[in-house]
Amino acid sequence: MSDKTSEITTRDGTPLKLSLHRAERSKKIRSFLFLIPTLTFILITFIIPLTDMLFRSVHTPEVGALLHHTVKSLQAWDGAGLPDEPAYYALTQELKLLKKDKTLGKVALRLNYEKSGMRSLLSKTARKLKNIHEGPFKNKMIEIDKRWGEREPWAVIKRLGKGLTFTHYLATFDMKYDVDGNITSVPEEVRIHTKIWLNTLWVSLAVTALCVLLGYPVAYLLANLPIRISNLLMICVLLPFWTSILVRLTSWIVLLQKQGVINDILVWVGIISDENRIRMIYNMTGTFVAMTQVLLPFMILPLYSVMKTIDPSYMRAGRSLGANPVRAFWEIYVPQTVAGIGAGSLLVFILAIGYYITPALVGGATGQLISNFIALHMGKTLNWGLAGAMGTTLLAGVLAIYWLYNRLVGIENMKLG
Amino acid sequence: MAFPTYAGRLEKTWYYVFRIICGLILFFLMAPLVILIPLSFNAEPYFTFTSGMLSLDPDAFSIRWYQDFINNPQWIHSIKNSFIIGFFSTILATSLGTLAAWALSRSYTPFRVAIMGILISPMIVPIIISAAGMFFFYSKVGLAQTYPGLILAHTALGIPFVVITVTATLIGFDESLIRASASLGANLVTTWRNVVIPLILPGVVSGGLFAFVTSFDEIVAVLFLSGFEQRTIPRQMWAGIREQISPTILAVATILVLFSIALLTTVELLRRRSERLRGLTPS
Repeated sequence: MSDKTSEITTRDGTPLKLSLHRAERSKKIRSFLFLIPTLTFILITFIIPLTDMLFRSVHTPEVGALLHHTVKSLQAWDGAGLPDEPAYYALTQELKLLKKDKTLGKVALRLNYEKSGMRSLLSKTARKLKNIHEGPFKNKMIEIDKRWGEREPWAVIKRLGKGLTFTHYLATFDMKYDVDGNITSVPEEVRIHTKIWLNTLWVSLAVTALCVLLGYPVAYLLANLPIRISNLLMICVLLPFWTSILVRLTSWIVLLQKQGVINDILVWVGIISDENRIRMIYNMTGTFVAMTQVLLPFMILPLYSVMKTIDPSYMRAGRSLGANPVRAFWEIYVPQTVAGIGAGSLLVFILAIGYYITPALVGGATGQLISNFIALHMGKTLNWGLAGAMGTTLLAGVLAIYWLYNRLVGIENMKLG
Repeated sequence: MAFPTYAGRLEKTWYYVFRIICGLILFFLMAPLVILIPLSFNAEPYFTFTSGMLSLDPDAFSIRWYQDFINNPQWIHSIKNSFIIGFFSTILATSLGTLAAWALSRSYTPFRVAIMGILISPMIVPIIISAAGMFFFYSKVGLAQTYPGLILAHTALGIPFVVITVTATLIGFDESLIRASASLGANLVTTWRNVVIPLILPGVVSGGLFAFVTSFDEIVAVLFLSGFEQRTIPRQMWAGIREQISPTILAVATILVLFSIALLTTVELLRRRSERLRGLTPS
């Protein structure tokens, strides 16, 4: 009981501990209230659109909604033989209806992504069904097109009728479900996506490596020059960083194209003849050169800030102990910069893997990356589900690297400019 | 820089070779910006130096592409758009970002790391994915191909830069200054006006500049979300490169390079001022 008497209280008699606790809590709540407007804003303008797009990659409502009865009567079908008459009947009725409502195209397109040929099959069948009013529909449909006597179209309708599918993700890696629902690779000649993924990975890694190779010496020089000169040279790093990417790409086109400045100089000096001008842009070379130039500052800045903190006396100590310059550099200096190399590389890699504008403008046909394919499916083929699946896969990769970056560097330490 | 006495001849040679290599790399970084300037004064509609230009013949130079730029209503319209969208998204992103940065820089704020992650995400997510998502969602709610839609999109993309820049400034902010000011009799408004704002203003302004540049340079969201009416400068340049490439684009690019020099200088001056105010030694 002696505790109670000695307990410190505030003027109004509440124990100090409690009152402190309250003050602490109201401080926490107040600071959290500061976050609410911004958090709400980002959630509505950014996170919801993003999840909407991710959901699109697995959500396939069209078939289940428009071929409702067919899908329902296919539920009983085990997939081994052909479906029974009710399924054929339901499909004929629904195809007629869709044709009348002009919504057939939507379903046909979605089914066609899954199995090419479905679109023409459906429109042909719907057209010919006009004159068919009596069953048995099974035989008559097979008469219209013998593909209705195969299991595949039915398997596709049944699978997509479920509403949630991973077919777009399989397509992202050039795979698909076969007629029995097993996952198989698509034929060799249509395997394009795996190649693009590997290409993107390879370009990102190569650009990262190039940035280390080119960024390291510059960062070293900047960190070891007197501050007055290094500040001046720093402009060469920061100015490109602040200049619009389109300005830089315009300039690379001017420099690298066939009638461009570099080819002109090479011809004028006599290294190449006028007919053999080098193709340096609208191919992978263009993507490489432009991406490296755009991303190099992101490598130099973190390297520089690490190198700035390295005490030069370690190198001198190494030399005095008999190491030659190369060895002193390799065994004493480089290990101290590993953190900077890691930070810069992760940053460059994250940025490179999602590059869109640069390949689109200077990459030509061969220098395209995964982002360009996402844009292609968004704008040209209109296969938004596939675009969503590719985007989600890319996002998962980027978030994994970002997680690593956050563990190693910490987002608070990210330097801008 | 004098060589240490133990430096051999090889080492001395390497010293110069190394500087040449670095010079070439810096040249690689700067060349695309520098080359634009003389080319934009070309009197001929070519993207390369004419023989007249190389012999410094005054007739080979002209300001026709600049005149073309000023007299082209499309370019002027796109500049207006860029500034309108940039202005509003900067105001929004700076206020929202600063508000959040204030809370994020206090160590007692709950869920700090998770919220920071969410607020930074527009910077991390590849832009094509963000733009595609925004396209679907904004179309659904009727914001696609409108100015508000683009402003909201650019605000979301600009917020991470404000949050990072302002948080960095605020982390060094000593909260006892507020108490000191209060103990000297200042009320909350006076404290903010005379103590807090002058200290964090440089950080806020450079955060705002980052947000502005983000909006001003942004092209992918614009490609997906803008109609013909909302074309910005990058959108116009994109069209210029892809469709009808004319040297006018070089004049525009030169003006933009000068613009970025002005921005870089401002940010650098602000950074130094901020460091001085916070008592850090200038690096």
